[in-house]
Amino acid sequence: MKTTQYLFAGFGGQGILFSGKFLAYQGLNEGKNVSWLPSYGPEMRGGTASCSVIISDIPVGSPIVSKPDVLIAMNLPSLDKYEDSVVPGGTIYVDSTLISRKVKREDVTVYYIPATQMASDNKTPTLANMIMMGKVLGVEGTFDEEEKVVAALKKVISAKRADMLEVNLNAMRLGKDYQG
Amino acid sequence: MSEKVLMKGNEAIAEAAILAGYRHYFGYPITPQTEIAAYMAKRMPKIGGTFLQAESEVAAINMVYGVSATGKRVMTSSSSPGISLKGEGLSYLAGADLPALVVNVQRGGPGLGGIQPSQSDYFQATKGGAHGDFHMLVLAPASVQEMAELTVKGFALADKYRMTSMILADGTMGQMMEPVSLDFETEQAPEKPWAVTGTKLQRKHNIVNSLFLKPEELERTNFERYERYKYIEENEVMYEEYMMEDAEICIAAFGIAARVSKNAINEARAKGIKVGMIRPITLWPFPTKQFAKAAETVKQFISVELSMGQMIEDVRLAVNGKAPVTLCNRAGGMIPSPEQVLAAIEDAAKKGGN
Repeated sequence: MKTTQYLFAGFGGQGILFSGKFLAYQGLNEGKNVSWLPSYGPEMRGGTASCSVIISDIPVGSPIVSKPDVLIAMNLPSLDKYEDSVVPGGTIYVDSTLISRKVKREDVTVYYIPATQMASDNKTPTLANMIMMGKVLGVEGTFDEEEKVVAALKKVISAKRADMLEVNLNAMRLGKDYQG
Repeated sequence: MSEKVLMKGNEAIAEAAILAGYRHYFGYPITPQTEIAAYMAKRMPKIGGTFLQAESEVAAINMVYGVSATGKRVMTSSSSPGISLKGEGLSYLAGADLPALVVNVQRGGPGLGGIQPSQSDYFQATKGGAHGDFHMLVLAPASVQEMAELTVKGFALADKYRMTSMILADGTMGQMMEPVSLDFETEQAPEKPWAVTGTKLQRKHNIVNSLFLKPEELERTNFERYERYKYIEENEVMYEEYMMEDAEICIAAFGIAARVSKNAINEARAKGIKVGMIRPITLWPFPTKQFAKAAETVKQFISVELSMGQMIEDVRLAVNGKAPVTLCNRAGGMIPSPEQVLAAIEDAAKKGGN
């Protein structure tokens, strides 16, 4: 019986909610219980945005993630705000283009990915979120079967924008292959 | 079973309403329920329905009154301050015995309050909602699946009893996404011989009205309506019991508060504390008998609410002094954490609840 609680946090517009939805579908396709809860209101229109995703073998109780197993921090205010809430032994993924400081905690595993820079170099400046996501899946070993990643992407990218599927997948591959 | 899709609670309500045969939307935007209107705006034109953003909440509820009088299934949605504006219309719907579905995705109050989740409209929803003697059927979903299923159920109950069904959700339920299966039975609306559809010179005029100037006549409508309410209280109560078999402490919670409480109950059980939960799904009619029965064995009750303590009054009435009932709450858009609920359970256990 396993329950993993994810917290995605960053600026509005970085695709925080989108990458969270992708991960929730990845879990749903695996037959897991999942929940997705966004911050809403003024935060969606700039400012900080966050998104709680829970993937579990048992029915999800509270959908609110207050003690994440995994934190994906896409800007400094988010790391400052949520670093201490991560459970001991948890994992923090840091976009090191936008966050220059190191994680202070010593009881967590940390991955630094210059995702925003990589996205810019790749000429897909809006896909730093999916580069981060690729790294998360790579570390968790859920990127091994790429067709499952494609299946989840198909759920979050509308058929009209099918051309974006390969673009997103490429961004995720970049993240997965990144060795910092 | 159909494939499960991820939907926001608000979207699940909108899609379920469409499945239940609902083809006319009247609303006015307000956070955190605007996705319902947005969904209807997108879907209704494609299926021959009407999407209308009214000039105000008051206008929207009166459009609901008009469409309901013609016998069509009809619905509106809003959030706390908007529901207060609809109050007059809710009373008129009750006075005219018109069926309707009204969704309240609650936010913190009073006043304009905030936009974060709340349950502080419990009194308003369950004790009438506006002037005059009347009730609404109040349904409290605790998952996105229930948002959909209770919408369909709400239409059926509204038609069956010619009254308003209210979905009493909150910002979390409206905004969160969960897997949902929309593969369920939907009943067609029953015949409505009272509806104003044109006589075609075949029958007498039907009149839909809530004005009765003769007090004897008005009293009769009230007594008749309360006969119906009594029947509903006997037959339409819905609730979920969780780990109540051997419980010595009982949590009372609905909606998001019940979700948080489940986490706390699981942790308390792991520590050997005998705690369970009664989750009312209908807030009116309230599961009074179930709480009264629990009070025969339970030593302490804890009402977990996103308000200053409103449902606790109904729990106390049901428990009727047989056991103490305490409150575990946050307000104003804050949500109790599982740790806070666990602390309340442990506190009760220390006092001899276990």
